[in-house]
Amino acid sequence: MTLLVVENLNKNFGGVVAARNVSFALAAGEILAMIGPNGAGKSTSFNMVGGQLRPDSGRVMLAGQDISGLPPRAICRLGVGRSFQVAQTFLSMSVLENLQMALIAYAGRTRDMLARSSALYRDEALGLLDQLDMAEQAEWPMGALAYGDVKRVELAIALAGAPRLLLMDEPTAGMAPAERAALMRLVAGIARRAGIGVLFTEHDMDAVFAHADRILVLVRGEIIAAGSPEDVRANPEVQRVYLGTSGLRAALRARAAAHG
Amino acid sequence: MSVEFGFLLVQCLSGLASASSLFIIASGLTLVFGVTRIVNFAHGSFYMLGAYMAVTIVPWLLQIERSPTLFFAGVLISACVVGVLGVLMEILLLRRIYKVPELFQLLATFGVVLMVQDAVLHIWGPLDIAGPRAPGLRHGVMILDQRFPAYDLFLIAAGPVVLGLLWLLMHKTRFGILLRAATRDRDMVGALGVNQALLFTGTLFLGAFLAGLGGALQIPRVSASAQMDLSIITEAFVVTVIGGMGSIGGAFLAALLIGQLQAFGVLIFPKITLVLVFLLMALVLVVKPWGLLGRPENAAGLSALPEGIMQPRGFAAAEKLLVLLAVLAAAAVPIFGDTYAIKVATEVLIFALAAFSLNFLVGNGGIVSFGHAAYFGLGAYASGLLVTKLGMPMEPALIAAPLVGGLFAALFGFFIVRLQGIYLAMLTLAFAQIAYAVCFQWVEVTGGDNGIVGVWPSAWAASHSTYHYIVLVAAGLGIFALRHVIYAPFGASLRAARDSAPRAEAIGIDVRAHRWLGFTIAGAAAGLAGGLYAFSKGSIDPTLLGIPLSVDFLAMILLGGMQTVMGPVLGAAAFHSIKDVFMPLTDHWRFLLGASIIALVLIFPRGLGGAYAALRARLSGGAP
Amino acid sequence: MAEAMLEAEGLRAGYGPAEILFGVSLRLARGEVAALMGRNGAGKSTTLKAIMGLITPRAGRVRFAGRDIAGLAAFRIARLGLGYVPEDRRIFTDLTVAENLEVGRRPAEGRDAWTPERLFEVFPNLASMRHRHAAAMSGGEQQMLAIARTLMGNPAAVLLDEPSEGLAPVILELMADAVLRMKREGIAVLLSEQNFDFAAAVADRAYVIEKGEIRYDGSMAALEADPALRAQHLSL
Repeated sequence: MTLLVVENLNKNFGGVVAARNVSFALAAGEILAMIGPNGAGKSTSFNMVGGQLRPDSGRVMLAGQDISGLPPRAICRLGVGRSFQVAQTFLSMSVLENLQMALIAYAGRTRDMLARSSALYRDEALGLLDQLDMAEQAEWPMGALAYGDVKRVELAIALAGAPRLLLMDEPTAGMAPAERAALMRLVAGIARRAGIGVLFTEHDMDAVFAHADRILVLVRGEIIAAGSPEDVRANPEVQRVYLGTSGLRAALRARAAAHG
Repeated sequence: MSVEFGFLLVQCLSGLASASSLFIIASGLTLVFGVTRIVNFAHGSFYMLGAYMAVTIVPWLLQIERSPTLFFAGVLISACVVGVLGVLMEILLLRRIYKVPELFQLLATFGVVLMVQDAVLHIWGPLDIAGPRAPGLRHGVMILDQRFPAYDLFLIAAGPVVLGLLWLLMHKTRFGILLRAATRDRDMVGALGVNQALLFTGTLFLGAFLAGLGGALQIPRVSASAQMDLSIITEAFVVTVIGGMGSIGGAFLAALLIGQLQAFGVLIFPKITLVLVFLLMALVLVVKPWGLLGRPENAAGLSALPEGIMQPRGFAAAEKLLVLLAVLAAAAVPIFGDTYAIKVATEVLIFALAAFSLNFLVGNGGIVSFGHAAYFGLGAYASGLLVTKLGMPMEPALIAAPLVGGLFAALFGFFIVRLQGIYLAMLTLAFAQIAYAVCFQWVEVTGGDNGIVGVWPSAWAASHSTYHYIVLVAAGLGIFALRHVIYAPFGASLRAARDSAPRAEAIGIDVRAHRWLGFTIAGAAAGLAGGLYAFSKGSIDPTLLGIPLSVDFLAMILLGGMQTVMGPVLGAAAFHSIKDVFMPLTDHWRFLLGASIIALVLIFPRGLGGAYAALRARLSGGAP
Repeated sequence: MAEAMLEAEGLRAGYGPAEILFGVSLRLARGEVAALMGRNGAGKSTTLKAIMGLITPRAGRVRFAGRDIAGLAAFRIARLGLGYVPEDRRIFTDLTVAENLEVGRRPAEGRDAWTPERLFEVFPNLASMRHRHAAAMSGGEQQMLAIARTLMGNPAAVLLDEPSEGLAPVILELMADAVLRMKREGIAVLLSEQNFDFAAAVADRAYVIEKGEIRYDGSMAALEADPALRAQHLSL
């Protein structure tokens, strides 16, 4: 079943095109990577799906429902979890409390003034942490965690809302190399088991090629290539973007030689 | 018809004259904010010092010769002296607080306000000092049969002249170009080899100079008095906020707007001109959250730990005993203490509730309110007016207090929670000043400056002891209930929104709605405290809504430690007792208070609660 | 190898809890152009910022012109003669071209000082827009202005963060000319780059950084001559 359909998204910032006719689809259980150089419009497209940005035109359909332009909290309630480029967690709380908070919000009980929040959804929270091998750090304050573990907590928070779709903006940015592979394995495993669709942007090509089912390549706001990792790797256009424009090369060499 | 027109013209001209003065002062404030990102409360003090310097220096110069040259030389010398004081403030204080949370910056500069107030009283005495009039500009000019002071015509010209000179400075000198560059991107200026410290010192000279100039130019119109700092600083805040903080052109535009609004507002709504000004500000901020010509602030660092309540823990067994002992002690005061002790204990309980409700906002919600006294005062006025004007008994009047406090918090909060950071703090201040202005100006109902006396409890509660117990129960329950909410999902949601608004939204929390509800609850609790206070004093007056009381509340939570849940109670007890013991002993209470606030910010920012938590951590073996 | 003008050793840095650099070591010889190559997010900009003192290194040493500069304030490092041109250019958009140059002006020590006139020779596009506000300039013009502004400080070495990013091919050629002109003036340049052709056209040495660690350290010629080596480090 097609979980997410993005149709002709456009976004301009003061005349600068950040997304032009961006269209793609994502099936349940599929992992889709979005790559491209800095300023290619990855975050813009991503944030239009997550509700942080409103598209100038185009549609975002989640399981047949139009979600374009809804605020993030409404999109979250429809089953979309997300992680941010710089991990966003509740720094004043313990790991467990972060998860309890997410579960309280999922249950719609954030205005409850009578219950004691520390007693709510403890077991469910511990269960989620267990899935991510973080049960031992449950009582730790967020400030004491390594950044890789902060990212894992953020993932757990996103999973607390039992999402159908997971949006991850550079999930491995800022992590030590060894932690990156582990996190991506974890995400892929959970997504495949639970049939969650995953859309992620990433700079770490190891992570992209190891786990993505399909890859979108964005340049200057436009999708220039889409397909399986093999197709994308072999695409000459993509090679050019990542290795520099060959046409320019001879000219520059000649000039360098002329200058001695 | 022509008389009518002449009258309107003169009204307009006098609006221009006040706009000029206001601009000169506000331009310094906005300049300092643009470069250093500090909202300097002491800017009003520089204005006041400018006036005092001028009433000292100018008459002395005029003794030599009564010439306009010497008059204006005296004005400029006064402004320069104030500029040097600004340099001192930058080197001694501001340099140490550029990186601390903005609440602490505001409090520290307010500490300077308090110190300067006492210093001025000490040096110049409590009486207002009238300044000399400007030689050559003492006469009136006839404009369409209306008399208009020549000095005001001069002032009308002075504003644009200062604007022009500032423009030249900012565009034609290296210092000015660096200032403009630093206003845009401080760090890049540093990476190009510019020593920011010197630039900041220079900025403070210029800012204080402008404030001093504004004050010195006022001496032919108003006497120098020790109250001129707070009244001007709120107006200057309004101008800079409406214009857009950091924008000199915006300040000029806003000053013109406000000058005309005041000049004509007086004709149409004579009672509520102040209110009009603040309403304009609220309106502008809702439509343009960064002012007319301002720019959005960069988002604060996302990885910094919030300055507020961290993981709230329940009471340990020993602490439960401590709480019980504290309650018993409060209950025992009427048995063992004299009337004075009962009065102090009652007030401590009331302030504890008010401070607790403020920390519910600041510490738990990250919503820095600089006008919390408004809800305290509105609760007090609700109770007081119901009893004295409508003859209601105490009981329903006390119930009305939290309702009115909460109602106004909901009304003001609706606008306030839309903003962030320094603009939010300024808007809380503005709304508090609106409430203050209404109570101050609506004399028929509120009794104006004098307030209303005869707000007495019902007969059964009339004795100090009985009323003490009523307060103990009401404040105790209020604190207990608020504390419960902090531990409940709603309190946790407020902390979540404070820690990371994007994350809170992404898990489905409507951040704005939750902050609004939190603001309303805190306002209701402060209103209850105010109602209790009105009956304990037997009277109400506008100081109950004033900035100094708001700052007292902030000082209480700072002293108690805003990271802790119960700290504000401790802070209120310590602050009020210290104030009560020391205030009668010294003529320089405000100086001491200001110095203490600065010391707290600089060396003890975690307060008593923080010290206790550190001690407890050490005793329990250094667990994280 | 010639005397090192700038040398970083075991540099670790990051933002808040995020770690970006895991022990970066590199050197830049007097009068040399070196390129720090790597993909997005590899740590190129962070390396330059950590050297410049815009973020405080958590560990490691940085030496410039014979002095330890790790932990110094950025303005002190700039005054020692190290210039910095940031990735996003950070032009003062409210200021005119001439005013932007004025902000960067610092006295020259023992050499011909750069003047706006000399810089307009290098960047002819700027000459006609002296009094234009920087906000009204194209990306390429802003990049030129950013470099010119840094040169006004008469630096002995310049850190140049992704000068080619987002620029049209004709502007790229001008940019390459500018880097080579800086080299001829005796200014050492450390540039971070993703555009291999651009880097190959101007640089003598190459470093490849990946996940916060240096993976290749050698001559640009060798990297250019060996497609396998290049593919290993830089392609998908």
